[in-house]
Amino acid sequence: MTLTQQIITILMCVLATVLTRALPFLLFSSKKPTPKFVRYLGGALPTAIFAMLVVYCLKNVNILSGSHGIPELIAICAVVGVHLWRKNTLLSILLGTVIYMLLIQLVF
Amino acid sequence: MNERQKSLAALKAAFPHTVPILTGFGFLGITYGIFMGAQGFGALYPFLISLTVFGGSLQFIAVNLLLGAFNPIQAFAVALMIQARHLFYGIAMLDKYKNMGWKKPYLVFGLCDESFSINYTAKIPESVDRGWFMFWVTLLNQTYWVVGSALGGIAGNFIPFNTEGIDFVMTAMFIVILIEQLKKEKRPYTALIGLASSLICLVAFGADSFLIPTMLIIILTLTVCRRFIEPTVDVGEPFGGERL
Repeated sequence: MTLTQQIITILMCVLATVLTRALPFLLFSSKKPTPKFVRYLGGALPTAIFAMLVVYCLKNVNILSGSHGIPELIAICAVVGVHLWRKNTLLSILLGTVIYMLLIQLVF
Repeated sequence: MNERQKSLAALKAAFPHTVPILTGFGFLGITYGIFMGAQGFGALYPFLISLTVFGGSLQFIAVNLLLGAFNPIQAFAVALMIQARHLFYGIAMLDKYKNMGWKKPYLVFGLCDESFSINYTAKIPESVDRGWFMFWVTLLNQTYWVVGSALGGIAGNFIPFNTEGIDFVMTAMFIVILIEQLKKEKRPYTALIGLASSLICLVAFGADSFLIPTMLIIILTLTVCRRFIEPTVDVGEPFGGERL
């Protein structure tokens, strides 16, 4: 990507972010209730999108070759386990990342 | 009280509310900067992106977008979907952000999960100016994030250890967010829809172009199956938990 293309890509992110943050103030008022479908999407989309983003993060993992996705699987189990156990976001992220780095640098 | 005293009093009241964010944003911001550095971007990138985009989840994804082929429409669509939850925050803040004058554009710009949580729930003392209080909360939070990102970006160039695999920080972050989202829902329908659509599209369209078809299928499925899904998701009181 050229620098101009990078700037355009980031501007798209800025535009979309500002749009989602500002739209309610431009379109709705506290007197005029928000359309039900918009509220529904606001509630239903996030979880589906975060599930998609997990897949996106793992999109280049090949289970048929290389390390067969085993380090990813172990690290994911660690994140889920630690998070359900300690309920500490930063700890889960930090520990999972360290485990993954050790696995691919030293074991696989 | 003159304006300056009002502002100072509000800063003193606002700061304690933002201390947990200082730790969280500090840590994640630094990680984000190091992560960008590991992908070959100089410290100016995380600094400027944190300043202008100011949305953690999207910023991590944006690094991958910057590394891929130039596709502004995909970038816009992906950004819109990741940030869709902010629509909720705006709706909830319609009343609270009324009559804020020059502060309003910045309050709206900086309406991230964490600033929303604080400004939506904080019991602001009668003696404190509400506008200044919410302004400081927003500005302090963004400052933590921007400074953390810049520090991480600078540190990234001097890291003495092998950073291979540090990109897993993004995977770990989204898994944690997903767990937190799942806790709020009665049935994991929307997560399953997201998971199934992305896996199908990943196989069908390949790793470089599966995001847009996935998002279209997600919206279509949510629209068609609304009757079944709506009772399982929280569309009432919005509350930003540990989301980024």
